[in-house]
Amino acid sequence: MSDVAIAAKDLTRTFGSFTAVDHISFEVRTGEVFGFLGANGAGKTTAMRMLIGLLAPSGGTARVAGHDVYTESEAIKRSIGYMSQRFSLYEDLTPRENIRLYGGIYGLTRQQIRERTERMLARLGLAGVADEQVHSLPLGWRQKLAFSVALVHEPRIVFLDEPTSGVDPITRRQFWELIYEAASAGTTVLVTTHYMDEAEYCDRISIMVAGRIGAIGTPADLKKQFGVDSIDELFVRLARPTADRIPNPESRIPDPGAAPSERRQ
Amino acid sequence: MKALKGLLRKEGYHILRDRRTLVVLLALPVVQVVLFGFAIRTDVNDVRLAIVDPAPDRATIELRNRFASSGVFRTVAVVSRTADLDPLFETGAAQQAVVFEAGFANDLGSGEPAHILIISDTTEPNTGSLVQAYALAVIDGYQRGLPRRSAPAMRSAEAGANAGVAIVPDVRMRFNPTRESSNLFVPGLMAFVLTIISSLMTAISLTREKETGTMEALLVSPLRPWEIIVGKVAPYLVIGFISVIAVLVEARLVFRVPLRGSVALLLFEGGLYILVSLSLGILISARTSSQRVAMMGALLGTMLPNVLLSGFIFPVESMPAALRIVSYAVPGRWFVLIARGIMLKGVGLEYLWLETLILAGMAGVLLAASTRSFKERLE
Repeated sequence: MSDVAIAAKDLTRTFGSFTAVDHISFEVRTGEVFGFLGANGAGKTTAMRMLIGLLAPSGGTARVAGHDVYTESEAIKRSIGYMSQRFSLYEDLTPRENIRLYGGIYGLTRQQIRERTERMLARLGLAGVADEQVHSLPLGWRQKLAFSVALVHEPRIVFLDEPTSGVDPITRRQFWELIYEAASAGTTVLVTTHYMDEAEYCDRISIMVAGRIGAIGTPADLKKQFGVDSIDELFVRLARPTADRIPNPESRIPDPGAAPSERRQ
Repeated sequence: MKALKGLLRKEGYHILRDRRTLVVLLALPVVQVVLFGFAIRTDVNDVRLAIVDPAPDRATIELRNRFASSGVFRTVAVVSRTADLDPLFETGAAQQAVVFEAGFANDLGSGEPAHILIISDTTEPNTGSLVQAYALAVIDGYQRGLPRRSAPAMRSAEAGANAGVAIVPDVRMRFNPTRESSNLFVPGLMAFVLTIISSLMTAISLTREKETGTMEALLVSPLRPWEIIVGKVAPYLVIGFISVIAVLVEARLVFRVPLRGSVALLLFEGGLYILVSLSLGILISARTSSQRVAMMGALLGTMLPNVLLSGFIFPVESMPAALRIVSYAVPGRWFVLIARGIMLKGVGLEYLWLETLILAGMAGVLLAASTRSFKERLE
């Protein structure tokens, strides 16, 4: 296994005349917690969806866990875990049934499922509600359970799409502890977020602006490089020139002719 | 295979835990059979009959008795003047009136035209003409019982009998031998129930997974598209079969609807129809992202055509040509034909192969299209 978990080169996705992801290139190293930052609609979810095989790229190349996104999507699917913004749990199933379902989908044996279920429930403190339907659990519990379920087959890489939106700060903190735990066990984590404080928890981050990568590096390096005190400040600086012009990127009319200097004003 | 089993179990939990929907699904066929069986009747009985008989004689009494004992008519009034009928019709006390002339028996005996006027309330045209036909049949029956020698006299009377309704020997009506409309509606009802369960429920349950984001999780997993589809729709296939059997058993027990042909063949054809409906449900879900839109899509796209254009209630033959052409594309039309053939006529594949082939073709095309639409979701 190479130490590059994800490698993207000139990865591009267009929807009609709109370019959602515009020639982005980056690498994520094995075991890294890599943060994908950007305003809503900057293209981070689109980029992630191409990497996990939910969306075909329009151009460029990408390898995930050593497999090509165009030709080896089946192999990729086996090596990754994914948690969407909406948690991907079945609300009318109990935590135990959810774990069993996803364990079965990923081909775990009955023995493995049983062991991991007990371990996960104990770790998350959910043993007492293991047989309650998920919709009766608080949002924070559901989110942690969803994360563990995404890891049930011990994937090499886990993709988290805005996993902490709508969750209180304490639960977010606990959630990041889970992320660190997974990373220290060797799982590569790619997480999208628009909470800038979370960026500080990542080993490395990339900030996407209007489909392109505006900055990439460790949080400390980036702050030094741009001479700012926080990632928040950096983000605003990168995002502002276009943020005024593009309230809603979905309806953005591409304007490649606009001069960069004009955008900054 | 194990993954698929897990999916099926999960879908089972969904269905079993959504009590309200489950009750609706199971009660629906049972309630529908009763509703359609008793409410939608094209056969008539208990017709409120008024009789105008200014001078009762042997013949009019005999005819009146025949009307009373026909099982269709109930005599509500016997009056002596035609004018007395108006209030009866206006209040709805009478639906039909039979008016005899004075000297009816004499005319019959002497070979003069014997006139009977039949007046029907045709606010509901179909019922009106049907009731009229029953009345003519009763008169016809009476006439057949008359001594032979008087028949030629009446026949000659026919030509000049334009003023009222003469007793015309040629009047002949062929009835549905048992006069049961339930025989006709049960096959259509099966199509209706299967459409609800297969198209509507499939469309809703697939869009629900889109809404909750779990569909993404399934698509990202190593599950193949066909496994996801089978996992989602197989449970509804089972419920569909249960409903068909429930409808058949109930129709048999409550309405004595016959099943003259092969049960196995009927279930096979039912299976084909379920496949068609399921595929439509998948196609609808591929183009919608909310359960509400999916429900509207299923109602407009499958339920309406299958109820209105299948011949289930309204005969295809009486539709305008354009609609008749459209009806060829309605799967329910073919299934209703097949089911009626098997149940009422007792025929087998030797007569129904064309309809079966059309249904199978539809199933093949739609299944392929729906699997494709499912894959395209990834692009």
